[in-house]
Amino acid sequence: MKKSQIRPDYPERSDDPLHEVNMEVNGELITRNVSPRILLADFIRHHLGLTGTHVGCEHGVCGCCTVIIDGRAARSCLTFAVQADGSKIRTVESLAQDDGSLHPLQEAFKESHALQCGFCTPGFLMSIVSQLEETEGEIDLSEDGIRVMLSGNLCRCTGYQNIVKAVQSAAKRMYKTN
Amino acid sequence: MSTRTFGERVQRNNDERLLTGGGRYVDDIPLPGALHVAFVRSPYARAKILSMDTSLAKSRPGVVEVYTCNDIGALDTEMPLLIPHPSLHSPKTQRPLARDDVFYVGQTVAMVVAVDRYVAEDATRLVDIEYSEPQECNIEIEEAISDDAPRVHDDVPNNVAAHCIQVSGDPEEAFAKAEHFTKVKVRVDRSTAAPMECRAVAARFDSVSGELTIWDGTQAPISVRGGIASIFNLDEDKVRVIAPDVGGGFGQKVLLFYPDELLVPFAAMSLSRPVKYIEDRTENFLGSTQERTQIHEVELAANKDGVVLGLKDNFLHDTGAFIPYGIAVAQVASTAIMGPYRIPNSRVEYKAVYTPIVPVTPYRGCGRPHACFAIERAMDQLAEELGLDRFEVRRRNLIGDDEFPYERPNLLFADGLAVIYDSGQYSKALDMIIESINLEDFKAKQKLALDEGRYLGLGLSFYVEATGIGPYEGGHVKVHPITGKVYVNTGLTTQGQGHETVFAQIVADQLGVSPEDVILVEGDTGAFDWGVATYASRAAVVSGNAIHMAAEKARNIVLEAASNMLEASVDDLELQDGKVNVKGSDVSVGLAAVATACNPLRYAFNEAAQAATQFAPAARSDEPALGDGRAPGIETTEYYAPPHAAWAYGVHAAIVEVDPGLCSIDINRYICVHDCGNMINPTIVEGQVMGGVAQGMGGAFYERCEFDSEGNPRNANFMDFLVPYATEVPKVELHHIETPSPLNPLGVKGVGEAGTIPVAPVIASAIEDALKPLGVEKLHHVPLSPNSIYEALSVAREKNII
Ligand code: FES
Ligand code: FES
Repeated sequence: MKKSQIRPDYPERSDDPLHEVNMEVNGELITRNVSPRILLADFIRHHLGLTGTHVGCEHGVCGCCTVIIDGRAARSCLTFAVQADGSKIRTVESLAQDDGSLHPLQEAFKESHALQCGFCTPGFLMSIVSQLEETEGEIDLSEDGIRVMLSGNLCRCTGYQNIVKAVQSAAKRMYKTN
Repeated sequence: MSTRTFGERVQRNNDERLLTGGGRYVDDIPLPGALHVAFVRSPYARAKILSMDTSLAKSRPGVVEVYTCNDIGALDTEMPLLIPHPSLHSPKTQRPLARDDVFYVGQTVAMVVAVDRYVAEDATRLVDIEYSEPQECNIEIEEAISDDAPRVHDDVPNNVAAHCIQVSGDPEEAFAKAEHFTKVKVRVDRSTAAPMECRAVAARFDSVSGELTIWDGTQAPISVRGGIASIFNLDEDKVRVIAPDVGGGFGQKVLLFYPDELLVPFAAMSLSRPVKYIEDRTENFLGSTQERTQIHEVELAANKDGVVLGLKDNFLHDTGAFIPYGIAVAQVASTAIMGPYRIPNSRVEYKAVYTPIVPVTPYRGCGRPHACFAIERAMDQLAEELGLDRFEVRRRNLIGDDEFPYERPNLLFADGLAVIYDSGQYSKALDMIIESINLEDFKAKQKLALDEGRYLGLGLSFYVEATGIGPYEGGHVKVHPITGKVYVNTGLTTQGQGHETVFAQIVADQLGVSPEDVILVEGDTGAFDWGVATYASRAAVVSGNAIHMAAEKARNIVLEAASNMLEASVDDLELQDGKVNVKGSDVSVGLAAVATACNPLRYAFNEAAQAATQFAPAARSDEPALGDGRAPGIETTEYYAPPHAAWAYGVHAAIVEVDPGLCSIDINRYICVHDCGNMINPTIVEGQVMGGVAQGMGGAFYERCEFDSEGNPRNANFMDFLVPYATEVPKVELHHIETPSPLNPLGVKGVGEAGTIPVAPVIASAIEDALKPLGVEKLHHVPLSPNSIYEALSVAREKNII
């Protein structure tokens, strides 16, 4: 049978109902209509185009999807976009300055070779930034303390040692502690 | 030459992008209008498919198409066997979508394409597949080979896919002569690579140009391109495969084809829309390949002084339901089993066994962790039985520095080439680790601790790793005429190993530019399409040397052209800071200008072209614009094919404290001495080793893919399959030895897998040492759980020692 050359009429979208959400993302106010079941991670990545937030497990274990919601680190794979309605969200894209200069933690990651494939990295950065900011650096920064601090995020490449080093040096820079 | 960057701790070139959210992993590629794939997977290990009905799923709003094996035309056939081998007598590979039979839980049966992944997943529940009663199965390899075991494939008796025997020297004579025999039976369980980014494939077909573009998180884009072109019957030049940023691979992404790698492009072509499949974590456990289960029975024939005369190893290798990658993993194990020891006589026999679970292909280490566990546990036991020190027994068997190259006659490595260890300083490594441990001091501490009722133990393990195997890779170097930046291509991909930095260092040294001005583009068949893949710790060795050779050639072109331009002799020139200088003068010409002048132009449309016209021509003035045999520009390509593998090695040790009551373990120190030849960038080498050790810790303690007796995965997620967090991985102390490989111009060996290989035997050895005073049983099965330690202490408990 000859294949039809007429372009088929594919559906544009699913029949999920839509809800309006309003958020402040990296300082910008946005309004979008979303399916109630879309995950915040997917919303950030595919609706907003901020693909720095990654999805490694979609069940809350790996931490790749970590973003900061209203000042606290959270798993965007365990959060529906509609749950974040009215929130302030920060993603990895917000860390560097507009002029491109890196956040001290990003600098420290680079200098310490704390990333290899880079897939876990945004999650680590957001989780560490939120913990350092929340405590204003008054957090156990011994090797063991930092390891506990990192224990919500998986990295399969680095063996963590250089991430520990990066946190130590970033905390020094950010809070002039020893 | 300018300052040499080879061997320096140069910071990575592309971190800034990855740190600011600018990574480009497959799911980040914007593909407007893309459709999304979800698979219907088999819920049974072995069953017959009685009927399939997709009508309900198709009627779900948002669903575009649903495919079963009946809807995929010529793709409905068994996928290729990648690496055939004479001893692989019953090879079986899987179909993209199951026809008639399913062979493991998770096997792809139907594919749904929908407007988003949410709807696609909904619709998988609406595909109606009727199965027979699940058939009996057995996933225990020792039982699966018995005559009455249920068969995975009806026409493969005893479930044996391959049977291989490799003999070197005269093992029978060695066993006849020996004074002492040591036997161990060890087992390593099934595990998985678990890269943080799961697999992903996206495809777009342009019906105007006829070009099919595929983004695939693969370690082998050139091979994928070749395979897709031949399977779809397309011109190779019309298929472009791009492996963009890839979030870890560790072997799992070297297999081709996974069903989705064929079906996604197929759907994109049939539906005239971009299509993507982004595997989720559960699917990664269900459908992406795994590795590790092997059971080795090793016997050593030794003299009373501990010198091992011969070895026999008989092992079973679990290959899962299919064997698409051939027997590579088993073959590597069979040649790695003698480790760094002389052992001149050996007989290794193995069978690769089908089991109705996810197929097996290489995972970081690829057979070596298993072999290393077997031989190192055997060496420990030999020492104990002979009343000798564990370090001393090893020393007496290590291949001596002056014995290299050391060949194991008649053995063939997985690449079909001879097993010849190229270089090493094994005894020095042993000395270094003893010194680092401070052995005497440790023994005193151990004794003191014991008096306090605390159990300290020391473990060690050597390893060897055949790295940098063939067949070949290429390097392409081009100096950009406008910017003077150097573009480099090779046929590999990176999953985070730092190619863009180490290859830049190699080129920077030849052309006198800074590594930041060297831009590597790899993993894109549109940029360079000769080569093989990233696997077997081969990138630095094979591509590294090809790129080095290409850069040397480019350097010669630059020098020759600059000598004409500056009217100076080549010997008086040096390449530095992106320029060619006449030594001891301030006369120089920029690399961009040389590159421009090497392309005889009519028009001066930029600064470099204007600069170039101030000099004499790049060609000799008595020649035409392009001299004899010269091409325009500064562009070179070279290929490197190693004669055989370069053997890296090392020794690890750990000091642990074990609590026999809680069966918990603290690792007080973990020390690595390793030698991967000349290091291009020690920081990156250390990153590879530390990451490898972390995966080794997973293998030693946590990572086990569990299945019930019916072949159902029991821990196909990160809640139940435990990948170590920072709190589970110890700090690693690293010491380097650099024994250059004589096999390649850079003297390098690979390091990608090294860290992973010896961790399990180190840990088992350390725990045994700690608990020896209690009469612990041998730890011959990894991963080690608190349970296994508890069981190993059962005799002690019976005797009420604890
Ligand atoms: S993707 Fe959210 S925790 Fe893994
Ligand atoms: S850098 Fe690859 S997972 Fe962390």
